[in-house]
Amino acid sequence: MTSQRLQELNTSLNCFLKVFDVPPHTIQTGKLDGMRIAVKDVLALKGERLTCGSKILENFTSLYDATCVERLISAGALVVGKTNMDEFAMGSSNENSAFGAVRNPWDISRVPGGSSGGSAVATAIGSCDMALGTDTGGSIRQPAAFTGTIGFKPTYGRISRYGLTAFASSFDTVGTFSRTLESAARSLEVMSGKDERDATSADVPVDEYSLSLSGNVKGLRIGLAEEYFGEGIEPDIREAIETVKAKLVAAGCILVPVSMPHTKYSIAVYYILTTAEASSNLARFDGIRYGYRTPGAHSLAETYVHSRSEGFGQEVKRRIMLGTYVLSSGYYDAYYTRAQKVRRLIKQDFTTVFKSVDALLTPTTPTTAFKLGEKLSDPLSMYLNDIYTVSANISGSPAASIPVGLDRNGLPIGVQLITDSFKESVLFSLAKEIHVDVLSRLTL
Amino acid sequence: MDTAIFSKYEPVIGLEVHAQMLTKSKAFCTCSTEFGGAPNTRTCPICLAHPGTLPTLNENLLRFIVRMGIATHCEIRPRSIFARKNYFYPDLPKGYQISQYDTPICHNGFIETELPDGETKRIGITRIHMEEDSGKSIHDFGTETLVDLNRAGVPLIEIVSEPDMRSSDQAYAYLTAIKSIVTYLGICDGNMEEGSLRCDANVSVRLRGTEKFGQKTEVKNLNSFRNVKLAIEAEIVRQIAVIEEGGVVLHQTMAFDPNKSLTRAMRTKEDAHDYRYFPEPDLVPVTITKEYIDEVRAEIPELQRDRRDRFIRDFELPKYDADVLTVDKATADFFEQAIEALAGKSNEVIKSISNYTMGDVMRMLTERKATIKSLGLLPSHLAELITLVTDGTISNKIAKDLLPELPGNQKSPKEIVQDRGMIQVSDEGALRQAIRTILEGNPDNIAKYKSGKVNLFGFFVGQTMKAMGGKANPTLLNELVKEELEKA
Ligand SMILES: [Zn+2]
Repeated sequence: MTSQRLQELNTSLNCFLKVFDVPPHTIQTGKLDGMRIAVKDVLALKGERLTCGSKILENFTSLYDATCVERLISAGALVVGKTNMDEFAMGSSNENSAFGAVRNPWDISRVPGGSSGGSAVATAIGSCDMALGTDTGGSIRQPAAFTGTIGFKPTYGRISRYGLTAFASSFDTVGTFSRTLESAARSLEVMSGKDERDATSADVPVDEYSLSLSGNVKGLRIGLAEEYFGEGIEPDIREAIETVKAKLVAAGCILVPVSMPHTKYSIAVYYILTTAEASSNLARFDGIRYGYRTPGAHSLAETYVHSRSEGFGQEVKRRIMLGTYVLSSGYYDAYYTRAQKVRRLIKQDFTTVFKSVDALLTPTTPTTAFKLGEKLSDPLSMYLNDIYTVSANISGSPAASIPVGLDRNGLPIGVQLITDSFKESVLFSLAKEIHVDVLSRLTL
Repeated sequence: MDTAIFSKYEPVIGLEVHAQMLTKSKAFCTCSTEFGGAPNTRTCPICLAHPGTLPTLNENLLRFIVRMGIATHCEIRPRSIFARKNYFYPDLPKGYQISQYDTPICHNGFIETELPDGETKRIGITRIHMEEDSGKSIHDFGTETLVDLNRAGVPLIEIVSEPDMRSSDQAYAYLTAIKSIVTYLGICDGNMEEGSLRCDANVSVRLRGTEKFGQKTEVKNLNSFRNVKLAIEAEIVRQIAVIEEGGVVLHQTMAFDPNKSLTRAMRTKEDAHDYRYFPEPDLVPVTITKEYIDEVRAEIPELQRDRRDRFIRDFELPKYDADVLTVDKATADFFEQAIEALAGKSNEVIKSISNYTMGDVMRMLTERKATIKSLGLLPSHLAELITLVTDGTISNKIAKDLLPELPGNQKSPKEIVQDRGMIQVSDEGALRQAIRTILEGNPDNIAKYKSGKVNLFGFFVGQTMKAMGGKANPTLLNELVKEELEKA
């Protein structure tokens, strides 16, 4: 793609906040030689802006590289740009960016999903081979489903969070968007593994994911949890799932009905715990050391209040307030403590189910891409868009959204695969069986 | 206040002590903890709370707090977690302080303190936990406030006592014991004036004989041992006065004004912060094994009280000497090294080393604003100097004159004495010769001496010593002057 063509596309889609004509780093050689990557603007790239889609960091420049970015660059990857996103990764439509909404290339009146919408679109239009996203409750898988891209969220702790601006530390996971499974597998191999700078990164050996792409899925047990097939799923998505089931059976997989009884609490648990962590994680944006500071404050309190009121957008403020509330004395036990207990129960559901199955198959989203503005005035309906994706963040399990077809309106449909922790290889081998290259049908 | 009224009440005191750990780097990043440095130069993206940065625990902080836990007979939790204490302040970069909340790593311990009357009292330790320091706000630039983040992230431990103290003397003794323990463990320099040891006191009073605690207040701003004692006394007096006047003690935070020796309310607890503590998701739980505890236990040196008792027992030193010598571990080490360097270890020589250490050496420390380590006096040099005195090579006077020259000196005392010809004259013939010359020159004084003015004895000794350049063996000189005067 010529840079002029990319500029044109970006004018209508707004997926990049910054395009680099030349990579802003030294070019190295390694396993990923020449792989073009886009980086969600929540990840640090030395010497470049790190806006997180927020006015409060509009002029902030990072002093260092995120571990995942550093590992990709040293393996020979080339950074082509930094992508737009919902402010501080809070949102499911990419309409919460201080730098304008991102549009879906399949239908520019529709959203690309969020929060990693910019990375999803950058991948869908072919401007890069892989785009880094982050996934706290579905922020990779949901936009992947909406744009026909492959979205991988590995196990929590698989990839270092160092350099990922925290939204909810115990949920945030770095992952990938790609057109091919090979690009995802090779990138994850490079990025995964223990990092001394992130205490929560896992010291677990990294598999060669690209090898599992030629693996055999015969005999794998695929769980179908009734809780993931409730009301509100579009008929075309249900139909797509049936096709996928048939493909898997044909490949020798065994379908097993399972139950995940605590799934119904996922959204509530998710919004209590992630907002609690966010309220604390975002306290550092106070206008004192860096970032936006209100002009004209007359006291310390005014500096805080006005800098933050003016610097943060609606959704971020809503979540900070929610999180502050659930941590407040008098409410802490009723909300935070209980949500932690239920989080353990949901994790237990996963532990139990993975004793009898190798993977879960679910829809990624109840609907395909919705219209811009459609859910803006109704945050609750927006939150419900993550209903099938949040559980894997609550449990930390690896999960992927794989494109499997288009709906009657020509919009991509994604299905979700979830496996037990650190079983990414199983995800890849199953994904290989069901993946449909819908992007070849995208006309720009 | 009337002592009768005063004695109706019993004070109840608990202390919260923050000790700054002597780790080389900060608690959660690799920045240096060294004191000083231009503002904001000992910082990095992590302690500046740049987006995307994460804390990693300094293993030495863990090691140090476990040492403290063992030394204070605490239970060490096999698994403890960090918590975030959330509040906004310009010198708190992250908007929260990483601390520990409901699972402090050490809890349920005690220390033995020694009161001025020689009694010992056991004070309970409720908990000891790890946390990080904040930066410093500097307000002395007109309306501007400047922030220095060199201290931000420096590791601290907080030691919380049970409300077991009943007087300011007991609180003082407790704090002294804490200082001694942390310095002996090598985990804190114990300097209150520089803020490496900080203390808040929880104070309440109740009628003697009653069980229920009175309303407590928290007294802050106690930046010296003396102020801790004075502030507690002031607060006790204030609370008794409030009650005696029919008032009620409020749950308040008090500040001590050392100039007026008064405590004043800073804020009431009702408008205190809601810190919204919750588990720190960026750090993993700290797990401590029995093997680790044993390993750390092996690093713990003999503590002050044991060492003092051993000094009394093995060196037959008076308790006073043993106390003074062991207050500071480095001084006690110096003393023991000096003794080890001695050729002959008679109790007399040991006592002499004790005297020199407590007197002349400590005086030098004060004069030169030095520590025993920074002074640069080799323990072997002190031992050699004392040996030169006891074997009669030099006089005590010369030794004392020589001592200030020893720190940092490449030459040993023996070499200096030889180089400068300071060796004491104990040759009887030479001494008699010198005495006779003096006597011959002072017939009048001899006559006066003989007629009863015996204090002129000192005159003859002094004149002879002067004539010999101060090098005459004083004991022998005294004897010989006496003999020669009789003959004269
Ligand atoms: Zn630092």
